Amino acid sequence: MLLDRALRSGVVALGLTLAATASHAASSDSTPVKGGRLDLVVQPEPPGLMIGIITNGPSLMVGGSIYEGLLRYTTDLKPEPSLAKSWEISKDGLTYTFHLQPDVKFSDGKPMTAEDVVFTMDKFLTTTKPKWREVMRHVASVTAPDDNTVVFKMKEPYGPFIRSLSYNVAPIVPEHIYKGTDFLKNPANDRPVGTGPFMLKEWKKGSYIELDRNPYYWKKGHPYLDQVVYHVIPDAASRATAFQTGTVKVLPGGSVENFDIPRLAKGKGVCLSEKGWEYNAPLSFMWLNNREKPLSNPKVRQAIMYALNRKLMLKVLWNGYGKVASGPITSTIPFFDKVDPQYSYNPKKAKELLKEAGYDGKPLRLLPLPYGETWQRWAEVVKQNLKAVGMPVEIESTDVAGWNQKTSQWDYDIAFTYLYENGDPAIGVARNYISSQIQKGNPFNNVEGYSNPKVDKLFSDAAVAADPKDRQKLYTEVQKTLQADVPVAWLLELSFPTLYDCNIHNLIETANGVGNSLGDTWIAK
Amino acid sequence: MLRFLLGRLVKIVLILLAITVLNFCLIHMAPGDPALVMAGEAGDADPKFLAQLRTQFGLDQPFYVQLWAYVSHVLMGDLGYSYRQQMPVSTLILQRLPATLILSITAFALSLGLGVLAGVVAAARQGRWSDSLISAVALLFYATPLFWMALMAVLLFSVQLDWLPAFGYEQAASGLHGLARAFDIARHLVLPATTLGLFFMATYVRITRASMLEVNRLDFVKTARAKGLKPSVIQRRHVLRNAILPVVTLAGLHAGQLVGGAVLIETVFAWPGIGRLMFEALQSRDYNTLLGVFVVSSALVLLFNLITDILYRIVDPRIRAS
Repeated sequence: MLLDRALRSGVVALGLTLAATASHAASSDSTPVKGGRLDLVVQPEPPGLMIGIITNGPSLMVGGSIYEGLLRYTTDLKPEPSLAKSWEISKDGLTYTFHLQPDVKFSDGKPMTAEDVVFTMDKFLTTTKPKWREVMRHVASVTAPDDNTVVFKMKEPYGPFIRSLSYNVAPIVPEHIYKGTDFLKNPANDRPVGTGPFMLKEWKKGSYIELDRNPYYWKKGHPYLDQVVYHVIPDAASRATAFQTGTVKVLPGGSVENFDIPRLAKGKGVCLSEKGWEYNAPLSFMWLNNREKPLSNPKVRQAIMYALNRKLMLKVLWNGYGKVASGPITSTIPFFDKVDPQYSYNPKKAKELLKEAGYDGKPLRLLPLPYGETWQRWAEVVKQNLKAVGMPVEIESTDVAGWNQKTSQWDYDIAFTYLYENGDPAIGVARNYISSQIQKGNPFNNVEGYSNPKVDKLFSDAAVAADPKDRQKLYTEVQKTLQADVPVAWLLELSFPTLYDCNIHNLIETANGVGNSLGDTWIAK
Repeated sequence: MLRFLLGRLVKIVLILLAITVLNFCLIHMAPGDPALVMAGEAGDADPKFLAQLRTQFGLDQPFYVQLWAYVSHVLMGDLGYSYRQQMPVSTLILQRLPATLILSITAFALSLGLGVLAGVVAAARQGRWSDSLISAVALLFYATPLFWMALMAVLLFSVQLDWLPAFGYEQAASGLHGLARAFDIARHLVLPATTLGLFFMATYVRITRASMLEVNRLDFVKTARAKGLKPSVIQRRHVLRNAILPVVTLAGLHAGQLVGGAVLIETVFAWPGIGRLMFEALQSRDYNTLLGVFVVSSALVLLFNLITDILYRIVDPRIRAS
């Protein structure tokens, strides 16, 4: 305000002085302070913290401070050093060489070497993690020429590989604890041992999880915090109260109902950030059961896209946080391209398309996501939108287990979902549209039953094209085809804002947010 | 007495067995299974992953094999293992039991004590304004939804007045010990115990009042009055002792119910009790934990019924004769 007036009156010198003062303040503000305790919410309570085995959201958020990957990713998805200090990729894209940080130790004091990395990649994660099995299909060998070097030889160039080495896909686990044991039943799963900045001190089930700093942490001077406490508070309104009364200083994205966010964000000294979801890039959409009439007709599916008022959904249900989806790839993910056709709200066109398709007014079943109020209301908006173009809808509510059962058994007409895209279209997007992923009994594949040989070929070529430019061409083509066919109804690119006390700095440093940043976090006095 | 006890104990074991089998069948009829839920939360799965989980949970066995394995383990006192929580079910339940017992015993004592006292007062002042006031207040607490009362109590006493902690069993990672910790837990106990207690209190008020008035009209009370006994002695020795039986019945039922946990109160106040353990196990289809909680809480309900029956015999010797 002051600066504005000064500039308008032409006193440029004053403006410059003010700017200089501001930058000075910022620099003194950015000297990290050691010590302190950070109180966060974790919702729901994680079933376990051994993230090499259990990979749900809450486990990853807490476990990300205990385990690390070879790399981590900036908020624009560029790889940066974590346990790997540097790396080289051969010109043909077939050899990846990683040089590890020197003198890394696990939280039990034992050294971490290239052998641990090989064991993790080759033995451990291939047994426990479906996501990693998929990556390893493209890898010929993992070797450790010396204690500080790991070499991956690929069967073919595989672009997504460089974005698959984060803590949530490939956390490095200690060979000395797991070698020769039944990984899933190892008692150490209760007392996780990793290389991360913090280690588990106490877990009072149903109350809180307490982490203390890892005294052996490799990064000099880090972490700044002494202690991190995750509070388990099962009721959404009580979580909001905990933040208001100051018991909890951070509400990670998704901790409170959406309609509470604007109110809480207005609080004194409260900061809001939408960052930290770039890797997951959650995209919400509705599966349209392509197997049965009338949704087997692409015209009916296009009509649904035109019938949905997605701008209104964004504004009313999500308070404007997020973005209207423009296709199968989220706009923060590499190789996204905004191509036609785009579907804006046009009920008239929707009615015409339904008429052309000869839709007979048969009522459809709609399965909402059982994730709280916002999703329930969302289903009601969709019901109204579709009713307005002459498509009657019945909402069938169920709990989480029931939802998984119904979708994975294809027992629905229209079903809400949202999925993470995991840093690359080959990892998080292809699985929803290629024919080989039509498998009953699994809620994370081509549940809608869309099958198009052209799309299958484009996705499989794009995954292994060596040159990013070639990959881009193929992905642009696949986006055009999918957007014309509408296998599913894309809704919104979701945003889960994080609310926190403004005295907390460096809370979100990576594309994985609070789960992968606390080693850098500090609290101003 | 001994024969009575033995007979009841045999019955209790049989009922418990029937409940266990019934619960097992009901839970397995619910849609979805723990493997699907875990895969669902991971946001990622392949057939190998699901098969691996189902083998680990023993879900690949035929239904009757699973049922037999479970029942035979329970009979030997083994509640099984929670693969979701990576812990024996008995450990999980024992971790949560103290919080539940503290909350329910406090709420129970509060509701019974205040409820009977208010009921006696209301009956003694039948038709006067204090009677109407007590009835109105009791009805208000009874009719208000429990979760709403809890939220309002938090808003008033924690957010506005900042007198009491809003949620939790104790301060997280506080490092408190001994008396300081006990005091901390007591402070956290006030709101949940009062909210829960006031709800149950209402029924005791109404039952005590009605029962007192009924007994007041009986002949032996007239006789006592005719003898010239003081009204307070009549109320205490003659009326209350006879009027208390229905209250004991109700209290026995409530006691069992309370030990099974109070899901709503535990959820709103983030109280780490059995009720939440059960609710979360239900949502994640953590069969062993859910069944374990059912077995323990039904055993406790049966036990409290037995205690109630014994109490009857002490309070009213006439029951022994029949």
